[in-house]
Amino acid sequence: MWVYEKKLQYPVRVSKCDPMMAKFLLEQYGGADGELAAALRYLNQRYSIPDKVIGLLTDIGTEEFAHLEMIATMVYKLTKDATPDQLRAAGLGDHYVAHDNALFYQNASGVPWTAAYIQAKGDPIADLYEDIAAEEKARATYQWLIDITDDVDLQDGLKYLREREIVHSLRFREAVEILKEKRDEKKYY
Amino acid sequence: MNDQVRYWKPYVSPLDPCPPIRVKSFSTPPQLFIPFQPPNLPQFTPFEALKYGTLWPALYSPYGGPKQFRQEEGET
Repeated sequence: MWVYEKKLQYPVRVSKCDPMMAKFLLEQYGGADGELAAALRYLNQRYSIPDKVIGLLTDIGTEEFAHLEMIATMVYKLTKDATPDQLRAAGLGDHYVAHDNALFYQNASGVPWTAAYIQAKGDPIADLYEDIAAEEKARATYQWLIDITDDVDLQDGLKYLREREIVHSLRFREAVEILKEKRDEKKYY
Repeated sequence: MNDQVRYWKPYVSPLDPCPPIRVKSFSTPPQLFIPFQPPNLPQFTPFEALKYGTLWPALYSPYGGPKQFRQEEGET
């Protein structure tokens, strides 16, 4: 069960009218290494992972949904006032004819999201290594998104999200170390 | 006791529909513990190395499947 707070995890400001940036941001919305894939990956892997790290997957998976909202807000702000002509000029003509101004879970190239992007192997080490890799790929994607826009306010939100990927990666690495420990062995200091 | 297996006890509910598996296990193979392989590790004989798939005992990871896991759990 979740408790919802009707606010964003970090404020989203978009200052430049640049509908094409909305198309690029979709990579983090419905892309293979995007926030939707991350949230669903972690929240699904929780069930079969050792209980010491279930809470971590719950917390990070939940935070990914907060990030998804931030990306959605960015995309919405960039497209809500765009005319069909402007969307067409931004490379979103195909998006317009299928979805109007609605958001849709697809990547920057318009490929719809698929569960094939995520994995649950059941082996805790394999699953956590996938999670670490996913965080690094998302971090890289944020870097390329920051590089491709000159909107400093949008960059500010993207830099916050990039930093969270770094923190999550470390937490998953720590989870691997916890699982490597011999749990029932008594420790003497 | 195999160093390459870890055991954990999942939560068991009194309301579970099926008989519980009280101890679960997973592999922790040797590469997790070797950040960078040091030089001059002891080696298998060439015949053993061909059979095991590695030249170094430190990297060898036997896998006996879930049956092996369950047997060891009984021993510990």
